[in-house]
Amino acid sequence: MAIVLWQMAALALGRSLLLVSPLDVVIRLARLSSTGSFWASVAFSFFRICLGFLAALSAGMVLAFLAARVKTIEIMLWPYMAAVKATPVASFIILCLIWIGSGGLSVFISFLMVLPIIYTNVLQGLHSFDPKMEEMATLFGVTPLRRLYYFHIPQIRPFLLSACGVAIGLSWKAGIAAEVIGIPSGSIGERLYEAKIYFSSADLFAWTAVVVLLSIGFEKMFVALMKRSFDQMEKI
Amino acid sequence: MEIRVENIRKRFGEKIAIDCFSAVFPVGGTTCIMGPSGCGKTTLLRLMMGLIEPDEGTIIGMPERKSAVFQEDRLCENFSSVANVRLVCDPHVTREEIIGNLSEIGLGESLFAPVHSLSGGMRRRVAIVRAILAESDIVFMDEPYKGLDAALKKQVVSYVQEHTRGKTVLIVTHDEKEAHDLGCGILLMPANGPEEDKAPD
Repeated sequence: MAIVLWQMAALALGRSLLLVSPLDVVIRLARLSSTGSFWASVAFSFFRICLGFLAALSAGMVLAFLAARVKTIEIMLWPYMAAVKATPVASFIILCLIWIGSGGLSVFISFLMVLPIIYTNVLQGLHSFDPKMEEMATLFGVTPLRRLYYFHIPQIRPFLLSACGVAIGLSWKAGIAAEVIGIPSGSIGERLYEAKIYFSSADLFAWTAVVVLLSIGFEKMFVALMKRSFDQMEKI
Repeated sequence: MEIRVENIRKRFGEKIAIDCFSAVFPVGGTTCIMGPSGCGKTTLLRLMMGLIEPDEGTIIGMPERKSAVFQEDRLCENFSSVANVRLVCDPHVTREEIIGNLSEIGLGESLFAPVHSLSGGMRRRVAIVRAILAESDIVFMDEPYKGLDAALKKQVVSYVQEHTRGKTVLIVTHDEKEAHDLGCGILLMPANGPEEDKAPD
């Protein structure tokens, strides 16, 4: 329905510079995807953004577990997490360009955007743990490893799944925005920047569609994989 | 050999849960703890489990290894009955042994279903098997048979008696008939605070 409306609006306007039709986007996308540089750009941005996301996922979980165990760590981390959440992403992008250049820009930005989301949600999950279960574990002398497996991982499951759903989308948005500003050579951001320079609406829409597809595809695949892993863990 | 509770006092804010209570429990036998609601039976059990500290008084002769059936089932909801029992077992307890024990009290059909999908009575039985199979010298049971119908209760009582022979077992119950049927020592707790020592019958 939305695509039909889009097609009709594009036809009514009749100016592809302002609003390109969906058909033109599909044609442009087909043409782009037949080139090697298209796949190289996709791989460049995909690996960097996913690397940033996975690093933040690991770091966020470790920090949340530490903070849940030691209150001082939670108190010490709070201002940093609050600052990262509140600081405009553009400030981080410029800072990162000064510090480490454009090569690892999307890794760093994706990491920064995801870290507080994972940390906050996992910590919330760990804090919601029923103290009665902790008592039970203490009485029976359950080992820390078994506590982790039986209590804490199932406890954070809903929090982690919902956090990942939000964080993956955000890591793509922020990662690509960083690439458009930093213009690392061979990235999707660079292609979007070129589309802007050459007023190529078809390219802009085509690359945007690629980013949306990659983001949604990665989110669905990753969340499904996590759900499956959790289910497997609980089937012992 | 005996476990001695001596002049125990416990307050929660303004409320006196146990006031100067003493009792003696024989080691290797079963004792039913009875008394009116709010007299501190569960608090006494929690003090003896070491989950809370008394304000005054001491507990002497308490074994190290403990297991319990709590008032609530306290199970890992997403895990199966077998996994819930395995959580507290030593590595030498085999999967077959766990399955055998669960099957003995009628849980053979739902061994691998997550416990959140089981009925209240089934969950209670999982909690009982967990307490029995855990390596322990004393078993605390806080109203262990609630929610079980008469026929099932008989089966579970006989399972518990069979598997706790030689162990110290403390059972909190409101049911006088149940206490007499178990044929064990009975400790009556009055509403907050006898001054004199008590020992099970």
